[in-house]
Amino acid sequence: MVPLSYYLVLSGILFTCGVLGFLIKRNIITIFMSIELMLNGVNLSFVAFAAHWHALSGQIFVFFVMVVAAAEAAVGLAIIIAVYRTRETLNVDRVNLLKL
Amino acid sequence: MTPQTLSPLLCMIPLLPLAGAAINGFFGRKSSKNTISAVALLFCGAAFVMAVVIAANFSSASAPYSYRLAHWLRSGSFSVDFDFYLDQLSLVMLLVVTGVGFLIHIYSVGYMWDDDGYYRFMSYMNLFMFFMLTLVLAKNYLVMFIGWEGVGLASYLLIGYWFTKDSAAAAGKKAFIVNRIGDFGFLIALFLMINHFHSLDFTKVFEQVGARATETAGAGLLTAIGLLLMVGAAGKSAQIPLYVWLPDAMEGPTPVSALIHAATMVTAGVYMVARSSAIFERAPMAMTVVAIIGTLTALFAATIGIAQTDIKKVLAYSTVSQLGYMFMACGVGAFSAGIFHLMTHAFFKGLLFLAAGSVIHGIGGEQDMRKMGGLRVYMPWTFATMGIATLAIAGIPPFAGFWSKDEILYRAFGASWVYWLIGVITAFITSFYMFRLMYMTFGGEYRGAPAPDAHGHGAHGHGQGHGHSEPHESPWVMLGPLVVLALLSVVGGFLGGYQNRFEHFLAPVFHIGEVIAPETPPEAADSILEHLLMGVSISVALLGWWLAHLLYSRRPQLPARIAASLGGLYQAVVHKYYIDELYAVLFVKPLVDGSTTILWHGVDQGVIDATVNNSATAARHVSDNVRHMQSGNLRSYAGWVAAGAAVVIAYMVWMGVR
Repeated sequence: MVPLSYYLVLSGILFTCGVLGFLIKRNIITIFMSIELMLNGVNLSFVAFAAHWHALSGQIFVFFVMVVAAAEAAVGLAIIIAVYRTRETLNVDRVNLLKL
Repeated sequence: MTPQTLSPLLCMIPLLPLAGAAINGFFGRKSSKNTISAVALLFCGAAFVMAVVIAANFSSASAPYSYRLAHWLRSGSFSVDFDFYLDQLSLVMLLVVTGVGFLIHIYSVGYMWDDDGYYRFMSYMNLFMFFMLTLVLAKNYLVMFIGWEGVGLASYLLIGYWFTKDSAAAAGKKAFIVNRIGDFGFLIALFLMINHFHSLDFTKVFEQVGARATETAGAGLLTAIGLLLMVGAAGKSAQIPLYVWLPDAMEGPTPVSALIHAATMVTAGVYMVARSSAIFERAPMAMTVVAIIGTLTALFAATIGIAQTDIKKVLAYSTVSQLGYMFMACGVGAFSAGIFHLMTHAFFKGLLFLAAGSVIHGIGGEQDMRKMGGLRVYMPWTFATMGIATLAIAGIPPFAGFWSKDEILYRAFGASWVYWLIGVITAFITSFYMFRLMYMTFGGEYRGAPAPDAHGHGAHGHGQGHGHSEPHESPWVMLGPLVVLALLSVVGGFLGGYQNRFEHFLAPVFHIGEVIAPETPPEAADSILEHLLMGVSISVALLGWWLAHLLYSRRPQLPARIAASLGGLYQAVVHKYYIDELYAVLFVKPLVDGSTTILWHGVDQGVIDATVNNSATAARHVSDNVRHMQSGNLRSYAGWVAAGAAVVIAYMVWMGVR
C-alpha cells in the first residue's frame, strides 16, 4: 500500500506548482489553470487523509471543492472571453484598469 | 459733601479716561479729528474736574477715604479687592496727574493734529491716564501693580508710537524690558509681603510693619522688601542702574515725553517709595541705599546732560537727575519734600518738554540745538514760558523749583553733608545745562538750514504745513497749556513751600517721618542754617547761569576749545560714559549670543525642531521603502500572501517538530 506521505508530498508539489504558475505566468488562462492545479493539490490531500482515516467527510469536501471549481471555471472563462473581446489581450499586466 | 458721597467718585476718576480710550480706540479710525479730540479731552477733563471737586471737599479730618469697586481675589484669609483709596498723598498725585495730564492732552491736539494715527495717539494717552490714576488711587499693592504695569504698557505703546521708525520701535522695547527687570523686584517684594503679612492692603501691611522693630542691627525682612521695592522704583523712575531706557524713550512724540517721561509715570517710583514710607522707616539700610542711589543718579545724569546736543535728550537726563533728587529726599526721610519736588517738577519739567515740543514743531522737526538759536524773536511765548521753567528748575527764587529743591537740600544736609554737597554740585550743573539749552535755543542768531534758497521759491508754497524753514510760533492750543504751566511753575512752589504748608498737609501720611531726620535744633540756629544753605543753593544756581552765559552767549567759541582740551573725558560724557555700550557687552550681548547659540540653535533647532523633523524624515524614508510592496500589481500581492503563508507554515512546522 502506498503510504500517506507520498500522497501528501505529491499534493504539496502540485500546490506549489500552482502557486508558482499563478505568480509567474501572465496569460490569464494559464493562471486559471494554475488555480485549478492548487485546488486539485488540496483535493488530493483531502482524499488521501479520508482514505487514511477512513472518514468520509474529506471526500464530501472534495465534492464541494469540485463543484465550486466547476462553477468558477464557468464564470471565469466567461470573464476571460469578455476581457479578450474588449482588450484583445490575455496578458494580465495589461489588464490593470477597471475602466476602459 | 460727606465722605459717603465723596468716596464713590473715586472709582469714576480712573474709569472716565478708560471710557475715552475705549471709544477712541474702537471707533476713532472712522471718526473725524474733531470728534476724537472732543472725546479725549472730555473724558480726561471730566476726570480733572472730578479730582478738583474731590479736592474741594477733601477734609484731612475724615481722610483717608476708600471705596471698594469690586471683589477680586479671595483665598482663605487672604484677599485682594479693587479698592480705591484717597489720602493727602493720593490727592496730591491725583491733582498733578489729572491737571498736568489734561493740559498735555490739550497741547497734544495741536501737536499731533497732522499725524495719521491721531486717534490711536489720543486713545493711548487716555489709556495711560486710566492706568496712572489706578496706580495713585490704589488701596493695595496689587491694584497699584496693575496701574504700574499698565503705565509701562502705555509708555511702550507711546514710545514706539512711530513704530515704522526702527529707533522708536527699539526704544519702546528697551523701555519695556528694562522696566521688566524693575518689576521683577517689585513682584518679589509683593510675594514677601503676602508670605509674611498675609495681605497687600496698605493699611494692614503698614500696621504689621509698625509692630516690628526697626532693623538697625542688620538686614531683615523689611530691608529686603524695601530694597526690592527700590529695584522696582529704580526701573520705573529711571535710577541707576536702570535709567538707560529714559533717554531713549525720547523717540516718542514730545507730549508723551512731557506727560509720561517727565511729569507723571517716571515719578511713580517716588510715589511708591513714599507710599511705602512705613516700610522704609523700619529699614534704615534700605533708606541709605535709596539715598545713595538717588544722589549718585542726580549727579551722574546731570553731568551727561551737559554735553548733549539734542534738546530732548538734555531734558531727559535732566529728568533722571531731578528724579534722583526725589529719591535722595525719600532716602533721608524727607518724603514730603520728595513729593513736593515731584509736584513742582511735574509743572516745570512738563512745561520744559512742551516748550521744547513747541520749538521742534516751530522749526519743522529739528531737535539738534546746534541748528537752533535766535528763536526768541520767532516764538516769544515759547521763549518766555520756557525761560520761567528754566528759572524754576535752576532753583532761582521765587520759582517753584527753588522751594522744593531747597527743602530737599536742607533735609539732606540734616542727614549727611555728603548728600548735600553732591546735591549742590548737581544744582550747579543743572543750572548750567539748562541755561546752556536756553542760550543755544533762543539766544544768538538762527542757525537752521535756509531751506527756501535750497528749494527755490516754488517749493515754498507747498511747505505751508510742515517742513517749512521759517521758524514760527505754535498755535494757541499749544501755547495755552504752556502759559498755565508757567503760572504753576511760578506760584506752585511758593504756595506749598511757604511755612512748610505742604509738609504739614502730608504729615498724616508720613506719620513717623521724623525718625530718620535729625533732632530739630533750636529755632534761631535752625533758621540761620536754613538761610545759609538757601544762600548757597541760590548762589550756585546763579553761578551756573553766569557760566552758561559766558560760554554760550558771550564767547561761543570757548566750549569747543574746552571740549578739545578735556579730550577723553569730554568724549566719555558725550557718549554717556559708554554705559549703553557697557550694558551691551555685559548683559545684552551674552544674552543674545547665549539665546542664539544655545537656546535657538541648540535647544530649539537642535532638539525640538530636530525631533519633529527627524521623526518626519524617518517616517518618510520608511514609507518610501515600504511603498514598493504596494505596487498595484495583483500578482505581487498574491506573492506576498504566498510568502506570508509560507513563513507561517514554516513556523508552525518548525514549532510542531520541536
